[in-house]
Amino acid sequence: MTVAATTLKYQIVNRRLGLWLFMVSESMIFLALLASRFYMQGTNRPAEVNQTLGLIITSILLLSSFTANRAEVAIAHGDRSSFLRLLLTTIGLGLVFLAGVVTIEWPEALHFAPPSTGYGTAFFALTGMHAFHVLTGVFILALAFLKGRRGGYTVDDHWGAEASIVYWHFVDVIWVFVYPTLYLVGS
Amino acid sequence: MSWIKGLLFGIVGFVIGSGLMLLVGQRRASEPMVTVGYIFFLVAWLLGVGVWDHWARGWFGLENKPTPTFKSHGVARYFAFSTDHKVIGVQYLVTFVALLLLAGALAMVIRLQLLQPTGILDPQTYNTVMSMHGIIMIAVAVAAVIGSLGNYFVPLLIGAEDMAFPRLNALSYWLVPPVAILLVVGSLLPGGFTSGWRVYPPLAERGGISMLLFLIAFLTFGLSSIIGGLNFIVTIIRMRAPGMTWGRLPIFVWSIFCASLLSLIFTQFVATALLMELLDRVVGMAFFAPDQGGGAILYQHIFWFYSHPAVYVMIIPGFGLLMEIVAHFSRKPLFGYKYAVGALLGIVGLSGIVWAHHMFTSGMQDFLTAPFMLSTELISIPTGLVFLVTLGTIWQGKLRLTTPMLFALGFLFNFTIGGLTGIFNADAPTDLQLHNTYWIVGHFHYTIMGGEIFAFLAGIYYWFPKITGRLYSERLGKLHFGIMFVAFNLLYAPMMIAGLYGMNRHVATYPPELNGINMFISIAGFVLGSSFLVFIYNMATALRRGAVAAANPWQLRTLEWQTSSPPPEHNFSYAVRVNGHPYDYGVDDSTHVAPATGAPMPAAAPAAE
Repeated sequence: MTVAATTLKYQIVNRRLGLWLFMVSESMIFLALLASRFYMQGTNRPAEVNQTLGLIITSILLLSSFTANRAEVAIAHGDRSSFLRLLLTTIGLGLVFLAGVVTIEWPEALHFAPPSTGYGTAFFALTGMHAFHVLTGVFILALAFLKGRRGGYTVDDHWGAEASIVYWHFVDVIWVFVYPTLYLVGS
Repeated sequence: MSWIKGLLFGIVGFVIGSGLMLLVGQRRASEPMVTVGYIFFLVAWLLGVGVWDHWARGWFGLENKPTPTFKSHGVARYFAFSTDHKVIGVQYLVTFVALLLLAGALAMVIRLQLLQPTGILDPQTYNTVMSMHGIIMIAVAVAAVIGSLGNYFVPLLIGAEDMAFPRLNALSYWLVPPVAILLVVGSLLPGGFTSGWRVYPPLAERGGISMLLFLIAFLTFGLSSIIGGLNFIVTIIRMRAPGMTWGRLPIFVWSIFCASLLSLIFTQFVATALLMELLDRVVGMAFFAPDQGGGAILYQHIFWFYSHPAVYVMIIPGFGLLMEIVAHFSRKPLFGYKYAVGALLGIVGLSGIVWAHHMFTSGMQDFLTAPFMLSTELISIPTGLVFLVTLGTIWQGKLRLTTPMLFALGFLFNFTIGGLTGIFNADAPTDLQLHNTYWIVGHFHYTIMGGEIFAFLAGIYYWFPKITGRLYSERLGKLHFGIMFVAFNLLYAPMMIAGLYGMNRHVATYPPELNGINMFISIAGFVLGSSFLVFIYNMATALRRGAVAAANPWQLRTLEWQTSSPPPEHNFSYAVRVNGHPYDYGVDDSTHVAPATGAPMPAAAPAAE
């Protein structure tokens, strides 16, 4: 190993590769759950699924990906105040999404598709597993926010911020597959 | 001591976690209470061990102490938290050899039970013993070679100072002790393990709290496996020394790379399958309850989607060790290096599309049978290539029949039988007859025990001088091989014959007509078990008073032999530059490592205390 291998720049590429491999691995959980939904229930979907709510929370989550991206660009240019503002917006949108799923969607679904039924199993397992990832995402973004507020990130070294935001995009992309599978497919 | 501190923290964590669940109104010793308690236990255990220290300090803005690679020297460092890949490799090695011997002892109990048609244990206890043997051996097979030899030697073989993520490496090791604790505790609880290591529903979902412990133990182990795989991939891609191109990578490193790809991608499926069972049990979901809209065979599909690639996670590092050792001790270039790499990658590619051959008798849709039969048989092409490469390397070589070489040749013999008997399992018409018999048990042990475990032992003997700085007794090593090889074949070949006569697997009692052959199998089994006494004796005496090993006792070319035995803290005392192929024995003017330009090679380090 040469000196280059120990430099910060080199290590950040290692970490980036590690993060992407981690996300490849994590997607397999969702692949298995998505496949199980079709295996168990085909394209069967109860009519009571709340389409309006689904559309609203999906839009909120996608919007949060946009603010997350802007936050990353901001810190890459050394604009700390914009970074903090946009990151806080992202966290807020993430929490709204989480509240939409857990406090509105779940109580409704408990009535027409409890977890002891086929669709309910798929619904609660998928949204639950995704909500867990959203929760960890919010937690990591919050850590990045705290570190950013202390001035922990520079233009050259903002790996923590980058990682939390890339992970946030990953959580969003997963939802892009979960949403149609639970809300749109079938009739 | 990390162990004691970790356990204390873990117990406190369990009390907090389970206490919280009691507060929200869960019953005592209910499944949610135990599950949440365990999650707290795991986090607190890692905290006590010291895994979180560095990360958590960074997150919360605390000042970060520079972490020493190991907190203490001498034997004590192997019991403490350490980020040195060599220490972690030894930790893995000792842990998994201990687990191997434990599960081997359980196998002796199984054979004692089957010595007589009626046996000595009640069926419940027998099931627990069998399930414990199964799951521990699966864990050993998945992690023993990768975790120990992979951890110790991949960075050395590619000329790196350490793994890409040393702390993640430590994390993946420290996740293992909780698994062992859970399994031991679970097996002692009333009810025990009823379902075998595959934990099929509905049996696994209806068993007592011990089955819950089994499921979360398996899940934790999966996590460790995924993290380890990720680390190896990044290490091999990013940490190679200058000149160590992909075409010069030792074949063992390639095999770890391939196995890591598999564990990274596929382990999540078994994790998900187990999680689904947990959700069914703890939350009352309906994944595997067909009467409520779930799928009965769904579990088997997801489970085998991991567990078939898992056998390649086990055997590919075995193939790597086989080719590595055969090339070195035939003193010849590896025959068809590129084909060998292609074969390993081919196995990786095919491994994901063969899983349903485990399910020909499960009642899955008939149209799945033919495609899975075909894809399974396709795998014999890359596997055959591995064998051709090995045979081509041996051909006209100057064989040195050292102990590791003997084990490698034993692997070659055993796996040939294991592979050929596999054809009958891949063909649905014969599999329907053979599926639930000892034929399968014999076949499986021929491939994994006769293959991977032989390779593991070959690897231990091969690198023992490097790890310990001592030489073992070749005479005792050969004795171990001789007894083990003969007993192995007398054990598993009759097992397959017993299967043909109708000896079912997973049974505690059997018809008296089969007594003779079972008695023969049991006695061979006891002889096989006793061969490990020779192994332990040899290792123990070599550690205490073996001759001091030189840096390169066998005059081999690869990088791990070009540093002292054992290697210094950062592996090499000079800047490594690779300029040739690792196996070019007898090729004029060929070197693997460029002559050191910096400081000279150190003399052999003083032996480990």
